[in-house]
Amino acid sequence: MSRVRDFVRSNSRNPNAVAYTIMGLAALFYPAVVQFATGGNGDYLVGLAADGGIYMLMAIGLNVVVGFAGLLDLGYAAFFAIGSYTYAIVASNHLGVTPIGHSLHIPFWIALFIGMIVAATAGALLGAPTLRLRGDYLAIVTLGFGEIVPRVFRNAGVWTGGVPGISALDVPTLPGWFQGPWIGQDFAYVPDFRFTSANLTAYYVLMVILIAFVVVLVHNLYNSRLGRAWMAVREDETAAAASGVNTVSVKLLAFSIGAATSGFAGAFYGAKLSYVSSDNFGFDVSVTVLAMVVLGGMGNIPGAMIGAAVLYFVLFWLLPNAPTQVESLASSLGMNWLTQSTPNGWPGIAEEVSRSKYLIFGLILVGIMLLRPQGLLPSQIRKQELKHTADLAPAVK
Amino acid sequence: MSEYILQVSGLTKRFGGLVAVDNVSFEVKTGEVFALIGPNGAGKTTLFNCVTGMYKPTLGTVTFNDRDLTGSPPHRTAKAGIARTFQNIRLFEYMSALDNVRLGHHCRMHSKLWDSLLKTPFERREEQAIIEHSMELLEMVGLAHQADSYARNLAYGQQRRLEIARALATDPKLLLLDEPAAGFTPQEKVELMALVQQILKRGTTVFLIEHDMRVVMQASQRIVVLDHGEKIAEGSPSEVRRNQRVIEAYLGKSA
Repeated sequence: MSRVRDFVRSNSRNPNAVAYTIMGLAALFYPAVVQFATGGNGDYLVGLAADGGIYMLMAIGLNVVVGFAGLLDLGYAAFFAIGSYTYAIVASNHLGVTPIGHSLHIPFWIALFIGMIVAATAGALLGAPTLRLRGDYLAIVTLGFGEIVPRVFRNAGVWTGGVPGISALDVPTLPGWFQGPWIGQDFAYVPDFRFTSANLTAYYVLMVILIAFVVVLVHNLYNSRLGRAWMAVREDETAAAASGVNTVSVKLLAFSIGAATSGFAGAFYGAKLSYVSSDNFGFDVSVTVLAMVVLGGMGNIPGAMIGAAVLYFVLFWLLPNAPTQVESLASSLGMNWLTQSTPNGWPGIAEEVSRSKYLIFGLILVGIMLLRPQGLLPSQIRKQELKHTADLAPAVK
Repeated sequence: MSEYILQVSGLTKRFGGLVAVDNVSFEVKTGEVFALIGPNGAGKTTLFNCVTGMYKPTLGTVTFNDRDLTGSPPHRTAKAGIARTFQNIRLFEYMSALDNVRLGHHCRMHSKLWDSLLKTPFERREEQAIIEHSMELLEMVGLAHQADSYARNLAYGQQRRLEIARALATDPKLLLLDEPAAGFTPQEKVELMALVQQILKRGTTVFLIEHDMRVVMQASQRIVVLDHGEKIAEGSPSEVRRNQRVIEAYLGKSA
């Protein structure tokens, strides 16, 4: 017992340990709380959290590239697309309609890793010629790559299903599954379980396990010789090289590991949606993930995770629901004149809010960055850097 | 180990029309302190950069321990056994002193990607050994009590010494020090010379660029003098001190 107390005491002042604990508990109780609060109709919200987990995975991966190694990757969604399409090709009837004429149905658990490996390879192939570039050039090249990849998938004709994409992908299966009152169902053992959209809790549980798995691995990397080398390359590439670090290969590893995580998330995304289309992997995805990392706290794993959770909530729950919420707020305050549209151009409060969705989003981003320029949960290093630049600012004036 | 740890022959480095180093040849003997001196802009640091692979020489060869290292990238020369410090200190400012030295061990570590990902017992043992060795090096340069401070928060002299510790962490056979005593007080210079002696005892040859003549004359066995990229003299400190061309290069030609 005293051991537990010592552990708690020694970690209670470590913001990361506290953040991990809170996130772990929140992940554990989220489905039960949601089902309870909505009277058993919380499946949608649980599924939303599982989708949010996809972004969280991507944020953890991009944090390796941008936060740890300091490489600005503006085309991160490309690897997400590659992971998804890889899954779609190896786990559906699709290959049957290509000239190969023989469909592949690799089980989800293996296909997940195939998606990851293919994305990592793509990362290495893109990185090998480009990582010799420094700074802004890399951002431009990755930006281009992010634009090219979805276009290739759209125009590769029969191989990738063209514009409509590929549908009816295999869903994950397990030999057995438990359901129970914690998700508002009767307790039962389900043999030969198939993940379907009727049981989003299963996807949620799977997502939480995948995130925990990736966090442990990335955390280990961060505390290893590789993590140190990333930090060193970010701080001073020349000094790192002189100290015996092969800067190109170290950057390449950061790039591939980031790509692998994104491919991993992409394969899960394909399986859950059971459909892939090139429209889902645009620049907006890359930028959203980048914003999650920056806003959460660059270079800190739990920071990136919290950034992902917050931004996902704002983008996919708060903003879509804002019009109706504002409308009902207005009518409950007796301001019905606000909710009606008028002939002189006022479209009604709901429509007005819906139109200014991205303005609100931008204001939220600016607000958070003003209040916490270092991010919601910054790494210690980043905090120091910003503090010193702030100290220097008056002297510059 | 051969008699000469480093042989530079016919080394030339041109930047466009500017010849920074012009056909310079010399040898550094294993186990000595060798100094490179010359007025500002003589090409001393450029020569260091050519030896460590930061620059590719235009002409000439760099042979280290009977191995041709001409044009090898810096991480390869570091792995081969050449370490260096920088004239304008280049530490990883936002890493702790300990982590700076730990990073120096990078090219001597054997943990693979899988070891790091899974934190295998091998990786744990290696990290533990590296931490202990880093603490020894910090002790040696007198920074053990500052192990957890950010490098940027150290005093100037401490930063210079930390850079030496980081370079020693790569387990070099040859250590290149670029103006290690710049900005030092007389007391610090004495300490530095003691440190150089300690480094020699570890079996590391020292090759330094230095402006302070007292340090150079006391510490080094042999000296090469550069002026405008050309080698103008070579020899023992007393020989160099009497050399007419050296006096002219430093003080100007008498009318």
